[in-house]
Amino acid sequence: MWRVGTVVALHDETAIVRTIRLKVPDWPSHVAGQHVDVRLTASDGYSAVRSYSIASAPNSENYVELTIERLPEGEVSPYLTQEVAVGDRLELRGPIGGWFVWRRCQTEPVQLIGGGSGIVPLMAMIRSRSVWRSTAPFRLLYSAREPSAVLYQDELHALSGHDCPVTVTYAYTRATPKGWPRPPGRVDASLIANTTWPANLAATSYVCGSTSFVESIAGLLTASGHEPDKIRTERFGPTGERK
Amino acid sequence: MNHDYLDGNAAAGELSSILAMDVTTAQSQCANCGATKHFAEAHVYMQAPGVVARCAVCEHVLLRVVNVRHRVFLDMHGMTFLSFGTSQLP
Repeated sequence: MWRVGTVVALHDETAIVRTIRLKVPDWPSHVAGQHVDVRLTASDGYSAVRSYSIASAPNSENYVELTIERLPEGEVSPYLTQEVAVGDRLELRGPIGGWFVWRRCQTEPVQLIGGGSGIVPLMAMIRSRSVWRSTAPFRLLYSAREPSAVLYQDELHALSGHDCPVTVTYAYTRATPKGWPRPPGRVDASLIANTTWPANLAATSYVCGSTSFVESIAGLLTASGHEPDKIRTERFGPTGERK
Repeated sequence: MNHDYLDGNAAAGELSSILAMDVTTAQSQCANCGATKHFAEAHVYMQAPGVVARCAVCEHVLLRVVNVRHRVFLDMHGMTFLSFGTSQLP
């Protein structure tokens, strides 16, 4: 079933990533981690469908925020990140998926691990945690190419004060801030061991990113003793933007 | 290693137009190796003409959906069963 949402706000997160806020009158609410399909239809009837994670927490005002990265060869993302304007209407299908989700009834420790725009559904979980005033302990390990590619910078920074409810660790793969203790590189076993919940706490882990990122992280978590059943994964790829 | 697949989450939107329940939380048993996993964990290839889901353990084809000339072909012979909670039904 397709619904129609109206664009009510646009916000550039980085040079190539934009958040679109939609008002969807018949939105049935959603759970953090779910995604939607967006369908664009050209005047000749050709249509393209792509999946995008929901970035916002559930709310009573029927708002849905999607954070979308522009892919150079993309068929849909260049339109959504450059041409869409406030007042435009978009077709949406969803919310979709009940497996890669964090629900308010979960009280166990949560480990979030995101690569690039894989942060988006994890941010929905962090925001939901706050909305629901959950006391579940959260940790986020966020792998980004470089500091300027970090999404939701101010919001994540605000979490990192003393007595922080969500511990945030950044891992840069290409370039780091000056004086950063760790040279640029992929997330490895020592970073997992030093910054994520130890396996004996039986945390639920949510891993989202490119397929190669997800395979690598899931392998590291399993090798460090995490039960495969407690690792939830969502993969997206540049081949057709998530699809 | 070949990493051109996504996972069952990516196919859930398309399958929601065919099946009444959320497939990501449904469990499927592979007809080849017998592994029972959440459909969300299946390896899904979206770049084929249609959608192909393969077992995350043995890569056997679990499910294919192809849309041709206003007909949908749903091939599930690669799975022994698909199970889901009754609370999932409308």
